[in-house]
Amino acid sequence: MTSRIAAAALAAALAAAAGMAGADPIDAPEIVINDGEVTLPTRAPAPDFLKDTLPEVLSGWLFRDEDTRAMEMDDFENPGMVFADQGLDAWSAVEGTEGKSCASCHNGIEDSMKGVRAHMPKMNEAGDDLWSLENFVNDCRVNRMGAEEWGWNSPEMKNMTSAISLQSRGEPVKVAIDGPAAEWWEKGKDIYYTRYGQLELGCFNCHEQYAGKMIRADHLSQGQINGFPTYRLKDAGIVSIHQRFAGCVRDTRAETFKAGSPEFRALELYVASRGAGLPVEGVSVRH
Amino acid sequence: MLRLAHLRPARAAALAALAATPVLAAEPPAPSAVQFNEGSVAQPLTGQPGSVESGKKIMSTNSLGNCVACHQVSAMPDVDFQGNVGPSLDGVAGRYDEAHLRGLVVNAKHTFEVTVMPAFYKNEGYIRPGEGYTGKAPDGPLSPILDAQQIEDVVAYLLTLK
Repeated sequence: MTSRIAAAALAAALAAAAGMAGADPIDAPEIVINDGEVTLPTRAPAPDFLKDTLPEVLSGWLFRDEDTRAMEMDDFENPGMVFADQGLDAWSAVEGTEGKSCASCHNGIEDSMKGVRAHMPKMNEAGDDLWSLENFVNDCRVNRMGAEEWGWNSPEMKNMTSAISLQSRGEPVKVAIDGPAAEWWEKGKDIYYTRYGQLELGCFNCHEQYAGKMIRADHLSQGQINGFPTYRLKDAGIVSIHQRFAGCVRDTRAETFKAGSPEFRALELYVASRGAGLPVEGVSVRH
Repeated sequence: MLRLAHLRPARAAALAALAATPVLAAEPPAPSAVQFNEGSVAQPLTGQPGSVESGKKIMSTNSLGNCVACHQVSAMPDVDFQGNVGPSLDGVAGRYDEAHLRGLVVNAKHTFEVTVMPAFYKNEGYIRPGEGYTGKAPDGPLSPILDAQQIEDVVAYLLTLK
């Protein structure tokens, strides 16, 4: 703890001495959490389809300021953990007409959900739709538990996706983009490179072309989603992937797509694939 | 005719004064009617000369032009967090003449086809445009991001950056 603060202070002093304005990501190979209990690589070689565009893919953590980075380095200081804990409580809470909880079928979350988040979104069992983690949760609630489905961005859903994501912390993101997922991936790619709204901005403008640059006080990252759900200081709460997508699209002065829409699920697959190899960080901290 | 109630008081007062004068100020051109010549717009969009002071405010205010979001301007040392997505505007008046500066602010895509820079005097031809920053579809025709006089004010300020 003390050494971490000292190291951070030294890094800050060096940065100040070098006159850096935070225009580039910091040079840290990993996020060291709880004094080394968990270490998460911050960089991975770019996936094949991006090799000519980016040399490597980078965690958004590298682009955040020192205080925000420090919060993710200690689970007691990570405000997102409170919500993951609430999700853990909900895991074993019986709900619905069938008298079941998540644990009734899946047993312990630690084993049954390990690695799950790293492969999301993916095709459903019927093979006719691309599902995000939220879809799988609601499918269980409605069809196995006989419970009401949760709203995509409801506190209950975000608590649950936080708890589930935490079981994959450290697992490299690996989503299927071939077979029946291929057309979803192509659609997501189209959306990524479409310039929406009155500001005529596509995801690629900020997060590929100008990643590392500053828009006013915002340090543009690669827009990776391996840290989601994330505790976002600006929102003082957990933010889902689609919630952040909607915020970005809104900021282009565009009409957004809805959370859970086919468009955002397709975009989620494409953006997830751009971060292949980065570890699941959820629950991360951003601002 | 003019929705004075929607304008800032200073602008409303200025327009009211204009309307009271016997000289008829021409209506600003519709964004789609602005004449470009190789990226330049020679004709001012209004009959009223641009205000340097107003231009400076528009450029540095989030809810207006917010040019400093992407561009650095050394002449505004009091404006925090100037961005670096676009080139510095220091000395920009030495690189472009007035007509070209106007053209760049109106719609820089006439000069740089794939530039990230938004067009500030344009109100149609978008993909899924929204109503401002609400994320919702607009009820009616969009307004350009800046009005004609605001464009002239920004151009007036840019011309001071020699």
